[in-house]
Amino acid sequence: MPHWLSLMVDSFWPLLYAGVVFTVPLTLLSFAGGLLLGFAVALARLFGPSPLVKVARFYVWFIRGTPLLVQLFVIFYGLPNIGIVLDAFPAALIGFTLNVGAYTSEVIRAAIASVPRGQWEAAYSIGMSWTQAMRRTILPQATGLAVPPLSNSFISLIKDTSLAAALTVPEIFQAAQRIASVTYEPFILYSETALIYLFFSSVLSSAQTRLEARFGRHSSPLGAAG
Amino acid sequence: MIRLSGIVKRFGDAPALKGVELSVAEGSVTALIGPSGSGKSTLLRCVNLLEVPQQGRVQVGDEAISFDDTPRPSREAIRRLRRQSGMVFQSFQLFPHQNVVQNVAESLVTVLDWTREEAEAHSLDLLKKVGMAHKAREWPANLSGGQQQRVAIARALAASPKVLLCDEPTSALDPELAAEVVDVLRRLAAEGTTMLMATHDLRLAATIAHQVVFLEDGEIRESGSAQHIFTQPKHPRTQAFVSTLRETVLEDWSI
Ligand SMILES: Nc1ncnc2c1ncn2[C@@H]1O[C@H](COP(=O)(O)OP(=O)(O)O)[C@@H](O)[C@H]1O
Ligand SMILES: [Mg+2]
Repeated sequence: MPHWLSLMVDSFWPLLYAGVVFTVPLTLLSFAGGLLLGFAVALARLFGPSPLVKVARFYVWFIRGTPLLVQLFVIFYGLPNIGIVLDAFPAALIGFTLNVGAYTSEVIRAAIASVPRGQWEAAYSIGMSWTQAMRRTILPQATGLAVPPLSNSFISLIKDTSLAAALTVPEIFQAAQRIASVTYEPFILYSETALIYLFFSSVLSSAQTRLEARFGRHSSPLGAAG
Repeated sequence: MIRLSGIVKRFGDAPALKGVELSVAEGSVTALIGPSGSGKSTLLRCVNLLEVPQQGRVQVGDEAISFDDTPRPSREAIRRLRRQSGMVFQSFQLFPHQNVVQNVAESLVTVLDWTREEAEAHSLDLLKKVGMAHKAREWPANLSGGQQQRVAIARALAASPKVLLCDEPTSALDPELAAEVVDVLRRLAAEGTTMLMATHDLRLAATIAHQVVFLEDGEIRESGSAQHIFTQPKHPRTQAFVSTLRETVLEDWSI
Protein backbone atom coordinates (compact mmCIF):
# COMPACT_ATOMS: atom_id res chain seq x y z
CA MET A 1 0.00 0.00 0.00
CA PRO A 2 1.48 3.41 -0.88
CA HIS A 3 2.39 5.60 2.05
CA TRP A 4 -0.31 8.22 1.38
CA LEU A 5 -3.02 5.60 1.22
CA SER A 6 -2.06 3.87 4.44
CA LEU A 7 -1.89 7.29 6.09
CA MET A 8 -5.41 7.99 4.93
CA VAL A 9 -6.69 4.63 6.10
CA ASP A 10 -5.02 5.01 9.49
CA SER A 11 -6.48 8.44 10.08
CA PHE A 12 -9.91 7.62 8.65
CA TRP A 13 -11.27 6.01 11.82
CA PRO A 14 -10.13 8.72 14.24
CA LEU A 15 -11.63 11.37 11.94
CA LEU A 16 -14.90 9.48 11.52
CA TYR A 17 -15.03 8.89 15.26
CA ALA A 18 -14.58 12.61 15.91
CA GLY A 19 -17.37 13.27 13.43
CA VAL A 20 -19.83 10.84 14.94
CA VAL A 21 -19.07 11.60 18.57
CA PHE A 22 -18.55 15.38 18.42
CA THR A 23 -19.37 17.06 15.08
CA VAL A 24 -22.75 15.41 14.50
CA PRO A 25 -24.08 15.82 18.08
CA LEU A 26 -22.81 19.41 18.20
CA THR A 27 -24.55 20.14 14.89
CA LEU A 28 -27.83 18.44 15.75
CA LEU A 29 -28.10 19.79 19.30
CA SER A 30 -27.20 23.36 18.44
CA PHE A 31 -29.48 23.33 15.40
CA ALA A 32 -32.41 22.03 17.44
CA GLY A 33 -31.73 24.57 20.20
CA GLY A 34 -31.19 27.31 17.64
CA LEU A 35 -34.49 26.55 15.94
CA LEU A 36 -36.39 26.78 19.23
CA LEU A 37 -34.60 29.98 20.12
CA GLY A 38 -35.12 31.36 16.61
CA PHE A 39 -38.83 30.57 16.77
CA ALA A 40 -39.18 32.29 20.14
CA VAL A 41 -37.25 35.33 18.90
CA ALA A 42 -39.34 35.48 15.73
CA LEU A 43 -42.55 35.43 17.78
CA ALA A 44 -41.17 38.08 20.11
CA ARG A 45 -40.30 40.33 17.20
CA LEU A 46 -43.62 39.85 15.43
CA PHE A 47 -46.04 39.79 18.32
CA GLY A 48 -44.22 40.72 21.52
CA PRO A 49 -44.56 43.89 23.57
CA SER A 50 -42.19 46.61 22.47
CA PRO A 51 -39.46 46.09 25.15
CA LEU A 52 -39.24 42.44 24.11
CA VAL A 53 -39.10 43.46 20.44
CA LYS A 54 -36.14 45.69 21.27
CA VAL A 55 -34.29 42.96 23.16
CA ALA A 56 -34.88 40.53 20.28
CA ARG A 57 -33.70 43.06 17.69
CA PHE A 58 -30.58 43.80 19.69
CA TYR A 59 -29.75 40.11 19.98
CA VAL A 60 -30.11 39.50 16.25
CA TRP A 61 -28.16 42.65 15.41
CA PHE A 62 -25.32 41.72 17.75
CA ILE A 63 -24.96 38.10 16.66
CA ARG A 64 -25.20 38.85 12.96
CA GLY A 65 -22.76 41.71 13.19
CA THR A 66 -19.92 39.85 14.94
CA PRO A 67 -17.78 36.91 13.80
CA LEU A 68 -18.82 33.50 15.03
CA LEU A 69 -15.25 32.72 16.06
CA VAL A 70 -15.15 35.83 18.25
CA GLN A 71 -18.48 34.86 19.84
CA LEU A 72 -17.10 31.42 20.63
CA PHE A 73 -13.93 32.94 22.16
CA VAL A 74 -15.95 35.30 24.33
CA ILE A 75 -17.95 32.38 25.69
CA PHE A 76 -15.11 29.92 26.26
CA TYR A 77 -12.07 32.11 26.97
CA GLY A 78 -13.79 35.33 28.03
CA LEU A 79 -16.53 34.29 30.44
CA PRO A 80 -14.11 32.69 32.97
CA ASN A 81 -12.86 36.24 33.68
CA ILE A 82 -16.26 37.08 35.11
CA GLY A 83 -16.50 33.79 36.96
CA ILE A 84 -18.37 31.67 34.40
CA VAL A 85 -16.28 28.65 33.51
CA LEU A 86 -17.63 26.27 30.86
CA ASP A 87 -16.25 23.08 29.42
CA ALA A 88 -15.34 23.25 25.76
CA PHE A 89 -18.29 21.27 24.42
CA PRO A 90 -21.03 23.13 26.33
CA ALA A 91 -19.36 26.43 25.46
CA ALA A 92 -19.38 25.53 21.77
CA LEU A 93 -22.97 24.30 22.04
CA ILE A 94 -24.08 27.59 23.57
CA GLY A 95 -22.17 29.62 21.01
CA PHE A 96 -23.57 27.76 18.01
CA THR A 97 -27.10 27.75 19.44
CA LEU A 98 -27.03 31.52 19.93
CA ASN A 99 -25.66 31.97 16.44
CA VAL A 100 -28.18 29.66 14.76
CA GLY A 101 -30.98 31.26 16.79
CA ALA A 102 -30.24 34.72 15.41
CA TYR A 103 -30.09 33.66 11.77
CA THR A 104 -33.06 31.31 11.84
CA SER A 105 -35.20 33.85 13.69
CA GLU A 106 -34.97 36.06 10.62
CA VAL A 107 -35.97 33.23 8.31
CA ILE A 108 -38.85 32.17 10.54
CA ARG A 109 -40.04 35.73 11.03
CA ALA A 110 -40.07 36.39 7.29
CA ALA A 111 -41.90 33.11 6.64
CA ILE A 112 -44.60 33.83 9.22
CA ALA A 113 -44.98 37.41 8.03
CA SER A 114 -45.36 36.35 4.42
CA VAL A 115 -48.48 34.28 5.07
CA PRO A 116 -51.24 36.60 3.82
CA ARG A 117 -53.31 38.45 6.40
CA GLY A 118 -56.40 36.96 4.84
CA GLN A 119 -55.34 33.55 6.12
CA TRP A 120 -55.43 34.81 9.71
CA GLU A 121 -58.84 36.30 9.03
CA ALA A 122 -60.15 33.10 7.49
CA ALA A 123 -58.92 31.18 10.55
CA TYR A 124 -60.50 33.68 12.96
CA SER A 125 -63.72 33.70 10.95
CA ILE A 126 -64.23 29.98 11.56
CA GLY A 127 -63.78 30.54 15.29
CA MET A 128 -60.10 29.83 15.90
CA SER A 129 -58.14 31.48 18.66
CA TRP A 130 -54.77 33.10 17.97
CA THR A 131 -52.95 29.95 19.06
CA GLN A 132 -55.12 27.68 16.95
CA ALA A 133 -54.72 29.93 13.91
CA MET A 134 -50.96 29.98 14.41
CA ARG A 135 -50.66 26.25 14.85
CA ARG A 136 -53.16 25.03 12.27
CA THR A 137 -53.12 27.68 9.56
CA ILE A 138 -50.09 29.95 9.69
CA LEU A 139 -47.21 27.71 10.75
CA PRO A 140 -47.89 24.91 8.27
CA GLN A 141 -47.71 27.47 5.46
CA ALA A 142 -44.73 29.27 6.94
CA THR A 143 -42.91 25.95 7.30
CA GLY A 144 -43.15 25.31 3.58
CA LEU A 145 -41.48 28.67 2.96
CA ALA A 146 -38.87 28.32 5.71
CA VAL A 147 -37.59 24.81 5.06
CA PRO A 148 -35.27 25.58 2.11
CA PRO A 149 -33.42 28.49 3.77
CA LEU A 150 -33.35 26.66 7.11
CA SER A 151 -31.76 23.61 5.57
CA ASN A 152 -29.12 25.85 4.04
CA SER A 153 -28.34 27.16 7.54
CA PHE A 154 -28.12 23.58 8.68
CA ILE A 155 -25.54 22.65 6.04
CA SER A 156 -23.51 25.77 6.88
CA LEU A 157 -23.64 24.80 10.53
CA ILE A 158 -22.10 21.36 9.89
CA LYS A 159 -19.10 23.10 8.35
CA ASP A 160 -19.01 25.92 10.90
CA THR A 161 -18.65 23.43 13.75
CA SER A 162 -15.01 23.10 12.62
CA LEU A 163 -14.49 26.40 14.46
CA ALA A 164 -15.03 24.47 17.70
CA ALA A 165 -11.51 23.10 17.16
CA ALA A 166 -10.28 26.47 18.40
CA LEU A 167 -12.12 25.80 21.66
CA THR A 168 -10.33 22.43 22.06
CA VAL A 169 -13.44 20.42 21.22
CA PRO A 170 -12.07 17.19 19.69
CA GLU A 171 -14.31 17.29 16.61
CA ILE A 172 -13.23 16.38 13.06
CA PHE A 173 -11.01 19.35 12.34
CA GLN A 174 -9.30 19.22 15.72
CA ALA A 175 -8.60 15.52 15.22
CA ALA A 176 -7.12 16.34 11.82
CA GLN A 177 -4.85 19.01 13.28
CA ARG A 178 -3.69 16.62 15.95
CA ILE A 179 -2.81 13.88 13.43
CA ALA A 180 -1.21 16.37 11.04
CA SER A 181 1.04 17.67 13.76
CA VAL A 182 2.62 14.25 14.25
CA THR A 183 2.61 12.89 10.69
CA TYR A 184 3.77 16.06 8.91
CA GLU A 185 1.43 15.27 6.00
CA PRO A 186 -0.96 18.21 6.07
CA PHE A 187 -1.91 18.00 2.40
CA ILE A 188 -3.15 14.43 2.60
CA LEU A 189 -4.78 14.86 6.00
CA TYR A 190 -6.64 18.07 5.35
CA SER A 191 -7.78 16.76 1.97
CA GLU A 192 -9.15 13.69 3.69
CA THR A 193 -10.78 15.93 6.28
CA ALA A 194 -12.48 17.90 3.51
CA LEU A 195 -13.83 14.64 2.09
CA ILE A 196 -15.18 13.62 5.46
CA TYR A 197 -17.02 16.94 5.83
CA LEU A 198 -18.28 16.44 2.28
CA PHE A 199 -19.60 13.05 3.28
CA PHE A 200 -21.46 14.37 6.33
CA SER A 201 -22.92 17.38 4.56
CA SER A 202 -24.01 15.28 1.57
CA VAL A 203 -25.78 12.75 3.77
CA LEU A 204 -27.53 15.55 5.59
CA SER A 205 -28.45 17.48 2.45
CA SER A 206 -30.08 14.43 0.93
CA ALA A 207 -32.25 14.45 4.04
CA GLN A 208 -32.89 18.12 3.25
CA THR A 209 -34.10 17.29 -0.26
CA ARG A 210 -36.57 14.78 1.12
CA LEU A 211 -37.79 17.27 3.72
CA GLU A 212 -38.34 19.95 1.06
CA ALA A 213 -40.27 17.53 -1.10
CA ARG A 214 -42.48 16.68 1.83
CA PHE A 215 -43.30 20.29 2.66
CA GLY A 216 -43.41 21.48 -0.93
CA ARG A 217 -46.22 19.08 -1.82
CA HIS A 218 -49.10 21.52 -2.23
CA SER A 219 -47.28 24.80 -2.41
CA SER A 220 -47.20 25.07 -6.21
CA PRO A 221 -49.38 28.15 -6.70
CA LEU A 222 -49.72 29.35 -3.13
CA GLY A 223 -51.09 32.47 -4.79
CA ALA A 224 -54.56 31.00 -4.49
CA ALA A 225 -54.49 32.46 -1.00
CA GLY A 226 -53.39 35.92 -2.02
CA MET B 1 -80.80 37.68 13.91
CA ILE B 2 -78.32 40.52 13.43
CA ARG B 3 -78.87 43.81 15.18
CA LEU B 4 -76.33 46.59 14.94
CA SER B 5 -76.88 49.82 16.80
CA GLY B 6 -74.85 52.99 16.66
CA ILE B 7 -71.76 51.32 15.18
CA VAL B 8 -68.84 53.73 14.97
CA LYS B 9 -65.56 52.51 13.52
CA ARG B 10 -62.55 54.76 12.98
CA PHE B 11 -59.17 53.87 11.49
CA GLY B 12 -56.93 56.32 13.27
CA ASP B 13 -58.85 59.56 12.89
CA ALA B 14 -60.64 58.55 9.71
CA PRO B 15 -64.19 57.41 10.36
CA ALA B 16 -65.20 54.39 8.27
CA LEU B 17 -68.61 53.88 9.91
CA LYS B 18 -70.53 56.76 11.46
CA GLY B 19 -73.21 55.27 13.65
CA VAL B 20 -74.76 52.49 11.60
CA GLU B 21 -78.12 50.94 12.56
CA LEU B 22 -79.02 47.70 10.85
CA SER B 23 -81.25 44.70 11.49
CA VAL B 24 -81.36 41.46 9.58
CA ALA B 25 -84.31 39.20 10.30
CA GLU B 26 -83.89 35.48 10.71
CA GLY B 27 -84.05 33.65 7.38
CA SER B 28 -83.71 36.84 5.35
CA VAL B 29 -81.03 38.11 3.01
CA THR B 30 -79.70 41.66 3.14
CA ALA B 31 -77.48 43.09 0.41
CA LEU B 32 -75.11 45.96 1.14
CA ILE B 33 -74.44 48.12 -1.87
CA GLY B 34 -72.45 51.30 -2.20
CA PRO B 35 -69.41 52.82 -3.85
CA SER B 36 -65.98 51.41 -3.18
CA GLY B 37 -64.65 52.74 0.13
CA SER B 38 -68.14 53.38 1.51
CA GLY B 39 -67.58 50.96 4.39
CA LYS B 40 -69.29 47.76 3.24
CA SER B 41 -66.39 45.48 4.17
CA THR B 42 -65.81 47.29 7.43
CA LEU B 43 -69.47 46.88 8.35
CA LEU B 44 -69.39 43.14 7.63
CA ARG B 45 -66.16 42.79 9.57
CA CYS B 46 -67.73 44.55 12.53
CA VAL B 47 -70.40 41.84 12.60
CA ASN B 48 -67.83 39.09 13.19
CA LEU B 49 -65.42 41.44 14.97
CA LEU B 50 -62.50 41.07 12.61
CA GLU B 51 -62.74 44.82 13.16
CA VAL B 52 -63.70 45.93 16.65
CA PRO B 53 -65.89 49.03 16.60
CA GLN B 54 -65.20 51.93 18.97
CA GLN B 55 -68.86 52.48 19.76
CA GLY B 56 -72.18 50.74 19.42
CA ARG B 57 -73.64 47.36 20.06
CA VAL B 58 -73.37 44.22 17.98
CA GLN B 59 -75.86 41.41 18.40
CA VAL B 60 -75.66 38.22 16.38
CA GLY B 61 -77.86 35.27 17.25
CA ASP B 62 -77.78 34.77 20.99
CA GLU B 63 -74.68 36.84 21.66
CA ALA B 64 -74.29 40.58 22.03
CA ILE B 65 -71.44 42.91 22.93
CA SER B 66 -71.65 46.58 23.68
CA PHE B 67 -68.58 48.66 22.83
CA ASP B 68 -69.56 51.84 24.64
CA ASP B 69 -68.14 50.69 27.97
CA THR B 70 -64.48 51.39 28.47
CA PRO B 71 -63.09 47.93 29.23
CA ARG B 72 -62.39 46.20 25.95
CA PRO B 73 -64.46 43.03 25.60
CA SER B 74 -62.56 39.85 26.44
CA ARG B 75 -61.15 37.65 23.72
CA GLU B 76 -63.50 34.94 24.90
CA ALA B 77 -66.54 37.19 24.40
CA ILE B 78 -65.31 38.18 20.96
CA ARG B 79 -64.86 34.55 19.96
CA ARG B 80 -68.30 33.59 21.25
CA LEU B 81 -69.89 36.29 19.16
CA ARG B 82 -67.73 35.44 16.16
CA ARG B 83 -68.89 31.83 16.25
CA GLN B 84 -72.43 32.99 15.53
CA SER B 85 -71.39 33.77 11.96
CA GLY B 86 -69.42 32.37 9.06
CA MET B 87 -67.67 34.51 6.47
CA VAL B 88 -67.01 34.25 2.75
CA PHE B 89 -64.22 36.46 1.41
CA GLN B 90 -63.79 38.06 -1.98
CA SER B 91 -60.47 36.25 -2.45
CA PHE B 92 -61.73 32.89 -1.09
CA GLN B 93 -58.89 32.43 1.40
CA LEU B 94 -59.04 28.65 1.43
CA PHE B 95 -56.22 27.08 3.41
CA PRO B 96 -53.76 26.11 0.67
CA HIS B 97 -52.04 23.40 2.73
CA GLN B 98 -55.26 21.46 3.28
CA ASN B 99 -57.40 19.66 0.74
CA VAL B 100 -61.01 20.58 0.13
CA VAL B 101 -62.63 18.39 2.77
CA GLN B 102 -59.98 19.30 5.35
CA ASN B 103 -60.70 22.97 4.70
CA VAL B 104 -64.38 22.46 5.41
CA ALA B 105 -63.77 20.21 8.41
CA GLU B 106 -61.21 22.52 10.01
CA SER B 107 -63.56 24.43 12.30
CA LEU B 108 -65.23 21.23 13.47
CA VAL B 109 -61.95 19.48 14.24
CA THR B 110 -59.99 22.37 15.70
CA VAL B 111 -62.61 24.58 17.30
CA LEU B 112 -65.41 22.17 18.18
CA ASP B 113 -63.26 19.08 18.87
CA TRP B 114 -65.19 16.73 16.64
CA THR B 115 -63.46 13.53 15.61
CA ARG B 116 -62.00 13.67 12.11
CA GLU B 117 -64.44 11.00 10.84
CA GLU B 118 -67.53 12.84 12.05
CA ALA B 119 -66.18 16.16 10.82
CA GLU B 120 -65.37 14.85 7.36
CA ALA B 121 -68.74 13.11 7.03
CA HIS B 122 -70.53 16.35 7.89
CA SER B 123 -68.21 18.27 5.55
CA LEU B 124 -68.98 15.92 2.67
CA ASP B 125 -72.69 16.61 3.14
CA LEU B 126 -71.98 20.32 2.89
CA LEU B 127 -69.76 19.81 -0.14
CA LYS B 128 -72.63 17.94 -1.82
CA LYS B 129 -74.83 20.94 -1.18
CA VAL B 130 -72.43 23.26 -3.00
CA GLY B 131 -71.75 20.69 -5.74
CA MET B 132 -68.14 20.08 -4.75
CA ALA B 133 -68.21 16.60 -3.21
CA HIS B 134 -66.40 15.14 -6.23
CA LYS B 135 -63.39 17.36 -5.47
CA ALA B 136 -63.19 16.50 -1.78
CA ARG B 137 -59.56 15.31 -1.96
CA GLU B 138 -58.36 18.03 -4.33
CA TRP B 139 -55.96 20.83 -3.35
CA PRO B 140 -57.47 24.33 -3.51
CA ALA B 141 -54.77 25.43 -5.96
CA ASN B 142 -56.16 22.99 -8.52
CA LEU B 143 -59.69 24.42 -8.45
CA SER B 144 -61.25 27.22 -10.49
CA GLY B 145 -62.17 30.41 -8.65
CA GLY B 146 -65.86 29.51 -8.68
CA GLN B 147 -65.09 26.09 -7.21
CA GLN B 148 -62.87 27.62 -4.55
CA GLN B 149 -65.61 30.02 -3.57
CA ARG B 150 -68.14 27.21 -3.30
CA VAL B 151 -65.78 25.33 -1.02
CA ALA B 152 -65.30 28.52 0.99
CA ILE B 153 -69.07 28.76 1.41
CA ALA B 154 -69.18 25.18 2.69
CA ARG B 155 -66.32 25.97 5.09
CA ALA B 156 -68.14 29.04 6.38
CA LEU B 157 -71.26 26.95 7.05
CA ALA B 158 -69.52 23.95 8.61
CA ALA B 159 -69.92 24.93 12.24
CA SER B 160 -73.61 25.75 11.65
CA PRO B 161 -73.42 29.52 12.20
CA LYS B 162 -76.61 31.53 12.60
CA VAL B 163 -75.56 33.97 9.89
CA LEU B 164 -73.52 33.86 6.68
CA LEU B 165 -71.53 37.00 5.89
CA CYS B 166 -70.30 37.44 2.31
CA ASP B 167 -67.90 40.17 1.24
CA GLU B 168 -68.27 40.56 -2.53
CA PRO B 169 -68.34 36.79 -3.05
CA THR B 170 -68.44 37.04 -6.85
CA SER B 171 -66.24 40.08 -7.52
CA ALA B 172 -63.09 38.08 -8.20
CA LEU B 173 -64.83 35.78 -10.67
CA ASP B 174 -65.56 35.74 -14.39
CA PRO B 175 -69.30 35.91 -15.18
CA GLU B 176 -69.78 32.16 -15.75
CA LEU B 177 -67.92 31.28 -12.58
CA ALA B 178 -69.83 33.96 -10.68
CA ALA B 179 -73.05 32.37 -11.88
CA GLU B 180 -72.30 29.05 -10.16
CA VAL B 181 -71.61 30.88 -6.91
CA VAL B 182 -74.80 32.94 -7.24
CA ASP B 183 -76.68 29.67 -7.77
CA VAL B 184 -75.34 28.22 -4.55
CA LEU B 185 -76.16 31.37 -2.59
CA ARG B 186 -79.64 31.48 -4.09
CA ARG B 187 -80.27 27.90 -2.98
CA LEU B 188 -79.03 28.68 0.53
CA ALA B 189 -81.33 31.71 0.65
CA ALA B 190 -84.26 29.58 -0.42
CA GLU B 191 -83.48 27.19 2.43
CA GLY B 192 -83.72 30.07 4.88
CA THR B 193 -80.08 30.85 5.54
CA THR B 194 -79.74 34.29 7.08
CA MET B 195 -77.25 36.28 5.02
CA LEU B 196 -75.64 39.68 4.98
CA MET B 197 -73.61 40.34 1.86
CA ALA B 198 -71.72 43.18 0.28
CA THR B 199 -71.97 43.01 -3.48
CA HIS B 200 -71.75 44.87 -6.76
CA ASP B 201 -73.44 41.97 -8.48
CA LEU B 202 -76.95 43.02 -9.45
CA ARG B 203 -77.99 39.45 -10.11
CA LEU B 204 -77.08 38.64 -6.56
CA ALA B 205 -78.57 41.72 -4.93
CA ALA B 206 -81.71 41.97 -7.03
CA THR B 207 -82.69 38.33 -7.14
CA ILE B 208 -81.77 37.06 -3.68
CA ALA B 209 -81.95 39.95 -1.28
CA HIS B 210 -85.09 40.74 0.66
CA GLN B 211 -83.59 43.95 1.93
CA VAL B 212 -81.08 46.20 0.16
CA VAL B 213 -79.05 48.75 2.07
CA PHE B 214 -77.25 51.59 0.32
CA LEU B 215 -74.13 52.68 2.19
CA GLU B 216 -72.14 55.80 1.43
CA ASP B 217 -69.35 57.44 3.40
CA GLY B 218 -69.89 55.14 6.35
CA GLU B 219 -73.57 55.96 6.63
CA ILE B 220 -76.72 54.21 5.52
CA ARG B 221 -78.38 56.55 3.01
CA GLU B 222 -81.35 54.40 2.17
CA SER B 223 -82.66 50.93 2.69
CA GLY B 224 -85.69 48.97 1.60
CA SER B 225 -86.84 46.07 -0.50
CA ALA B 226 -84.77 45.20 -3.56
CA GLN B 227 -87.73 46.31 -5.68
CA HIS B 228 -87.81 49.69 -3.97
CA ILE B 229 -84.07 50.39 -4.07
CA PHE B 230 -83.55 49.27 -7.64
CA THR B 231 -86.65 50.72 -9.24
CA GLN B 232 -87.66 53.80 -7.27
CA PRO B 233 -84.86 54.92 -4.95
CA LYS B 234 -85.68 58.14 -3.12
CA HIS B 235 -82.24 59.44 -2.27
CA PRO B 236 -80.51 61.14 -5.23
CA ARG B 237 -77.20 59.43 -4.35
CA THR B 238 -78.91 56.05 -4.42
CA GLN B 239 -80.47 56.89 -7.77
CA ALA B 240 -77.09 57.84 -9.19
CA PHE B 241 -75.39 54.73 -7.80
CA VAL B 242 -78.10 52.32 -8.93
CA SER B 243 -77.98 53.73 -12.45
CA THR B 244 -74.21 53.15 -12.63
CA LEU B 245 -74.77 49.59 -11.46
CA ARG B 246 -77.35 49.00 -14.18
CA GLU B 247 -75.06 50.30 -16.87
CA THR B 248 -72.48 47.71 -15.98
CA VAL B 249 -74.93 44.85 -16.34
CA LEU B 250 -76.01 44.10 -19.88
CA GLU B 251 -78.47 41.32 -19.31
CA ASP B 252 -82.00 42.32 -18.37
CA TRP B 253 -82.93 41.53 -14.85
CA SER B 254 -86.37 41.18 -13.49
CA ILE B 255 -87.51 41.45 -9.95
N1 LIG C 1 -57.46 48.29 7.99
C1 LIG C 1 -57.73 49.56 7.60
N2 LIG C 1 -56.91 50.57 7.95
C2 LIG C 1 -57.16 51.83 7.58
N3 LIG C 1 -58.23 52.20 6.87
C3 LIG C 1 -59.08 51.26 6.47
C4 LIG C 1 -58.87 49.88 6.81
N4 LIG C 1 -59.90 49.16 6.29
C5 LIG C 1 -60.70 50.04 5.65
N5 LIG C 1 -60.21 51.29 5.75
C6 LIG C 1 -60.86 52.51 5.22
O1 LIG C 1 -62.21 52.52 5.59
C7 LIG C 1 -63.03 52.97 4.52
C8 LIG C 1 -64.07 51.90 4.19
O2 LIG C 1 -63.41 50.81 3.59
P1 LIG C 1 -64.16 49.46 3.21
O3 LIG C 1 -65.00 49.04 4.35
O4 LIG C 1 -63.12 48.51 2.73
O5 LIG C 1 -65.08 49.93 1.99
P2 LIG C 1 -65.79 49.04 0.89
O6 LIG C 1 -65.76 47.62 1.32
O7 LIG C 1 -67.18 49.60 0.83
O8 LIG C 1 -65.06 49.29 -0.39
C9 LIG C 1 -62.11 53.29 3.37
O9 LIG C 1 -61.86 54.67 3.40
C10 LIG C 1 -60.86 52.52 3.68
O10 LIG C 1 -59.73 53.18 3.18
MG1 LIG D 1 -64.86 45.96 0.36
